Amino acid sequence: MSDYFFFIGLPYAALVVVIVGTLFRYLNFGFGVSSLSSQFLESRELYYGSRPFHWGIIFLFFGHLVAFLFPAEVLLWNSVPVRLLILEIAAFGFGIAALVGLVILVIRRLKNKRIRVVTSKMDVVVYVVLAVQIITGLWIALFFRWGSSWFASTLTPYMRSIFLFNPDIAAVTNLPLFAKIHIVSAFTLIGLIPCTRFMHFLVYPFRYLWRSPLYVIWNWDRKQIRATRNLYNGVKQKNT
Amino acid sequence: MKIRAQITMIMNLDKCLGCHTCSVTCKNVWTSRKGMEYVWFNNVETKPGIGYPDHWENQERYKGGWKLAGKKLSPRMGTKAGIMKNIFANPDMPRIGDYYEPFTFNYKILHSGSRFKTPPSARPYSVMTGQPMDKIRKSANWDDNLGGTFERRSADKNFDNIQKEIYGAFENSFMMYLPRLCEHCLNPSCVAVCPSGAIYKREEDGIVLIDQNRCRGWRQCVTGCQYKKVYFNWETRKSEKCTFCYPKIEVGEPTICSESCVGRIRYIGMLLYDADKILEAASAEEEQDLYQEHLGLFLDPNDPEVIAQAKQQGIPHNVLEAARRSPIYELAIRWKLAFPLHPEYRTLPMVWYIPPLSPIMQATDSGKLGVNGILPDLDALSIPNQYLANIFTAGDQVPIKTALRRMLAMRAYMRSKTVDGVENSEVLNGTGLTVADTEKMYQLLAIANFDDRFVIPTSHREEAKNVFDIKSSCGFSTDPGCDADKLRNLFGGF
Repeated sequence: MSDYFFFIGLPYAALVVVIVGTLFRYLNFGFGVSSLSSQFLESRELYYGSRPFHWGIIFLFFGHLVAFLFPAEVLLWNSVPVRLLILEIAAFGFGIAALVGLVILVIRRLKNKRIRVVTSKMDVVVYVVLAVQIITGLWIALFFRWGSSWFASTLTPYMRSIFLFNPDIAAVTNLPLFAKIHIVSAFTLIGLIPCTRFMHFLVYPFRYLWRSPLYVIWNWDRKQIRATRNLYNGVKQKNT
Repeated sequence: MKIRAQITMIMNLDKCLGCHTCSVTCKNVWTSRKGMEYVWFNNVETKPGIGYPDHWENQERYKGGWKLAGKKLSPRMGTKAGIMKNIFANPDMPRIGDYYEPFTFNYKILHSGSRFKTPPSARPYSVMTGQPMDKIRKSANWDDNLGGTFERRSADKNFDNIQKEIYGAFENSFMMYLPRLCEHCLNPSCVAVCPSGAIYKREEDGIVLIDQNRCRGWRQCVTGCQYKKVYFNWETRKSEKCTFCYPKIEVGEPTICSESCVGRIRYIGMLLYDADKILEAASAEEEQDLYQEHLGLFLDPNDPEVIAQAKQQGIPHNVLEAARRSPIYELAIRWKLAFPLHPEYRTLPMVWYIPPLSPIMQATDSGKLGVNGILPDLDALSIPNQYLANIFTAGDQVPIKTALRRMLAMRAYMRSKTVDGVENSEVLNGTGLTVADTEKMYQLLAIANFDDRFVIPTSHREEAKNVFDIKSSCGFSTDPGCDADKLRNLFGGF
């Protein structure tokens, strides 16, 4: 019964919350959607914590995504032992980087008075979920080898069944406890996105890469409004 | 030719008395909020001094402004990819310690506490953490009036290329005030480094603003601005900056710092410039050419061709009229008395400064330094010309000397006229000023009437929306009125 709750109920709840919740928050409380950086208050430890953490998490996220989308290709890659080792060790390395970064960030937040002032309750939740997620992930990588190979036969079908609205939990119910915790905390993390600072990755400014360096806007369309023949429709130009 | 109007400020440092009234009025209006206690959109620094935040002029440390990479202009803090990478942790960002920890005093204990064993005193408390502080070590004007040791203030970047040791002696020491605010640059580097695209320059008057709804707190702008005039609000964790009091400017009033200036040193007016030339001007190869290139951008508001072009491009009549009557054009472009602050960072700043005259050094009386006819030798002024040049013209002394000579000549002429009763126009020889110019300069600089200092066109808010569309749509009512579209929620209902 609890399997149904954790592997069907929770994932769908998380997906609904993340879609509806992010839209709701962005449209109604968009002001608060930001990085919530505390670098201004403490910079040095942030540098050594934030960089490994973010790079680690980003590579792990895309690693999981690739394993989900292209299981056959990953298995093919893993068919040569050396290549399997390279993949597993690299992934483990990123996991360690993320864990070390997280530990530095938590210590920094605990010991610095100024940062404690800007710490919210949800920040604590974020740290707990991330810690559970990273530690169980590393545990699985160490003791249930090789995840990058068995992922394709257990988790990929499960995930696919979830996204096709035809949930099939047979494969995941037989997984070891740590793998189950890893899955549950992953969906918890997804569900927490709209309620926490996790939101900031959704507004990562990719558009910056191709926008012009200078940015000059008019408050109104001066040409249209002065040309009496066109009736200006009165739409204020947006700061886009 | 793409003509744009720019609201511009000039400060006559010759008359600045360092009273901080501008800072305090600005603070009361704009930054007396939580998260912004340490912020001074306008602050007054004593030069020589390291300023606020510490060493802000040292771009090797803060990486602000632009640099030339080959012939191409690039932000000093790095390429776009580098900036995107630095979002996780920006290594060049100033920290709270570079400004100061905001403090208040526990006054309550003075009237509500029990009997003191010692003389009563109110301890300082941090406004951020609420914890008592042992000692206040810094503030926004900690080196006011040459406070601190010479060793400390001699770290001032403007002492570069100067034998600064002699100015440590009391007889040779000098100082000047430098009020600073956002420069509302023509080529702003804060805009260029903002990943969210939240910072923009308004085309109608050139004011640079941060859209708070778009700012995501990536904090690159704090580093990107070489004047350190973009501040990080630690409460909302978004950046804020001087708004040039745009609500006042839009209705034709001067900014609060200008209006409250007791020395009447500030001038505000419209300038017309050619926006097509910005990139070329900012990419001048030699840093010392930047001031001349900057001057070359401005258009003569009395030129019929400029007027015709501007009208065609939709610049309102009252803006053109204001540009014609502007005190800025005469001070900065015709008489060349005013200079941009640190043009070498290539942002083409638009708050300019008239350099201060200073007392004649004692050495002159003892015959060591000469007097050039009736006017004192410029080298006899106690503020070294090179020091002023390092602040205002990237080290080129010639334009500074021309400006100082003109100001001295104006004084000598008006003195001869009002005290001696003779119009001694000989003192104007070699300065390039006519008698009419001099009298006008006197009117503008010395008398400085309110209406002469501030020539600000009202903005056309009536055109920001079509008034027919908003007719009977909102106003004084109990329902959401004009904000109806904001209240509509995800499901369109309740």
